Amino acid sequence: MISSPPFALEVRGLVKRFERPAVDGLDLAVRTGEFYALLGPNGAGKTTTLRMIAGLMRPDAGSIRIGGIDALADPVKAKRITAWISDEPMIYDKLTPREYLEFVAGLWAVEPALAQQQRADDLLRWLGLSANAGDRCESFSKGMRQKVALAGALVHEPRVIILDEPLTGLDAGSARQVKTVLRERTRAGGTVIMTTHILEVAERMADRIGVIAQGKLVAEGTLAELRLQAGERTDASASLEDTFLALVDAEAQAA
Amino acid sequence: MTARPGTAVWFAHHESRLAWRDWLAMLTAGRRERLWKAAIAVGAFVVVMHAVAYSLLGRFAAAPPDKAMLVAISASLLLSWLLMVSQAMEAMTRAFYSRSDLDLILASPVAAHKLFAVRIATVALAGAAMALPLALPVIDALILRGGIRWLGAYGVVLAMGAAAGALAVALTVALFRVIGPKRTRLIAQIVAAVIGAAFIIGLQVAAISSYGTLSRTDVLQSDAVLALTPDLGSIVWWPARAVLADAVALVGVLTIGLMLLAAAIALVAPRFGEYAVVATAAGGSTVGRARAPTGFLPTSPRRALRSKEWMLLRRDPWLVSQTLMQMLYLVPPAIMLWRSFSSGGGSSLLVPVLVMAAGQLSGGLAWLTISGEDAPDLVTTAPVSPRLVLRAKIEAVLGIIALVFCPLVAALAVAAPWHGLVAGCGIVVTAIAATAIQLWFRTQAKRSQFRRRQVSSRLATFAEAFSSIGWAATAAVAAVNLWLAVVPALIAVLLVAGAWFISPRERAAAR
Repeated sequence: MISSPPFALEVRGLVKRFERPAVDGLDLAVRTGEFYALLGPNGAGKTTTLRMIAGLMRPDAGSIRIGGIDALADPVKAKRITAWISDEPMIYDKLTPREYLEFVAGLWAVEPALAQQQRADDLLRWLGLSANAGDRCESFSKGMRQKVALAGALVHEPRVIILDEPLTGLDAGSARQVKTVLRERTRAGGTVIMTTHILEVAERMADRIGVIAQGKLVAEGTLAELRLQAGERTDASASLEDTFLALVDAEAQAA
Repeated sequence: MTARPGTAVWFAHHESRLAWRDWLAMLTAGRRERLWKAAIAVGAFVVVMHAVAYSLLGRFAAAPPDKAMLVAISASLLLSWLLMVSQAMEAMTRAFYSRSDLDLILASPVAAHKLFAVRIATVALAGAAMALPLALPVIDALILRGGIRWLGAYGVVLAMGAAAGALAVALTVALFRVIGPKRTRLIAQIVAAVIGAAFIIGLQVAAISSYGTLSRTDVLQSDAVLALTPDLGSIVWWPARAVLADAVALVGVLTIGLMLLAAAIALVAPRFGEYAVVATAAGGSTVGRARAPTGFLPTSPRRALRSKEWMLLRRDPWLVSQTLMQMLYLVPPAIMLWRSFSSGGGSSLLVPVLVMAAGQLSGGLAWLTISGEDAPDLVTTAPVSPRLVLRAKIEAVLGIIALVFCPLVAALAVAAPWHGLVAGCGIVVTAIAATAIQLWFRTQAKRSQFRRRQVSSRLATFAEAFSSIGWAATAAVAAVNLWLAVVPALIAVLLVAGAWFISPRERAAAR
């Protein structure tokens, strides 16, 4: 087990404005070893939030702590324990999966080399990519590319994995492989923070779910807790879909 | 009037609208507010080109159409036509391999061959249209000074565009059938680039071999060439005669050009969809297996970044062909060098050529490594400071420049040590300047957008070009007189400083 502080991620008063506020004073705390799903309608600010956490974008205000490290003051240290995967896998077409993993391991300065190699081979095997380990990625389908990106994200054994719609466009088999790998990571003490539009995935996999609307966290908790927060708009047997729509609708009306 | 949907005219309207918007986007780098500035710049360019053409070429307008003139016109036409073929092959390859609206067209109930016929014709017309900005001032100047007999040149441009389009279609389809869809994309693009450069380089090589100079006109106007050319009545002179408004020749050239295009359309349009489907399915990539797996080597982030850049470049022959195409222009001066070993002179000519080539190559490579990052999220989220990432990428560029130019500079130093030293220093300075300019003007892009890099920042393109010219001029003067080189060096420094001052990086820092 990885020894870590109680919260893998703490976000306080996060603000990002483009033409209008995309993220508007967001507070978020994700426990170590937790699988946290962030849900929200299109344009709610989910991706912007995750991109700020991953260090791809600097917030206008607020603080971000990853594994107890101030990610805005010391981004390099925070990135060392973080991995980011987007819905559009960005990999190098002219590299093979194995070379891609070697490059990522080099970027994260993973030591020793033999352990990296073993880890890379294991990941490729778990994700069903062993047969294609020596093929260049340019001929890969989107599912295969997403799996290569996932393997790259895991090769340095991150403590916090941030995923933006990782299952978009994947077939059932690939989606299951990705979900299995992510579940393994949380069992090993890692933390997963993920946005998804597939509510069934959030319902089945997430320990806690956060609902974001208009740049703010409007509800958070387990499915049962979310039902309670939705109040009279849902009943005790309501699905996550009903609960989510009720919460978002309530926020829209309040705005 | 609106054409009936599904007809060739309707498709032509659709294609011309797309082409027009694409051209506008290219001109304004996708920013509509730049439209007026772009229009003024184009207008100024046209006026300046007219003035230059009028002063330089006007004197030829009234010259009698003797063999020397026909040779000069024919050579110019051949050069322009080869460039048109090169452009048309590029465009045709893009049309084959771009998925864009292919699914929509093929899934619709319209006769797709009509659209593809229009698309092939558009490629041909676009080739002619692209030649016009350069041809227009020349033809207008000749009309102004020599009368309307030069008006036929416009018809010749149209015929050349049609013939170039036809040849491009034929070559691309032939490659497709002979070497298959996977390799055609790469080979066609390389062939296109080589065709574009071959004629001018060939002439220079001939000039050096025969006359010991880089001048192409010396060869074309030589007695040997004039004696080898056919009689004035030969059909070979039809294009040149058509330019001079020989009605029979003009009709003949136009008929041949348009018939070739019609034949290409008739043969290829019905199968265009089929070719395009196969091409897009093939992905246009050469699927390769890497070296046999070896153990991961212990490495640092900096070394990993450098190795990645070199590996990506090595594995993308298209990019290599694009970036190293400038090196083709070094062939003539290389022959010059070879000749200078025996004669003991002329090596000073090589100094600016090497420096200029190094500047251009550095600019291209710097764009690829600094702006052309296919996995920006990965690099940004890596626990590496942005400074270190940039440093590694700059090292990758300078490493390649050293690899390419060290042997050339060493050879030059053997022939003329002072010239070798000046060239070496010039290459280092121009490479650093070009890389710095790309650094200041960097924007996130995919490597596949390399061809459009000049559109994304015209300022960077001009700054890079002027910097290369400035350092080449400095090196040229320094090769002869070191002290006199201070003046062009100062100008070059001011150019680079100006680029830094107007760059987005500088403006962002100022805020």
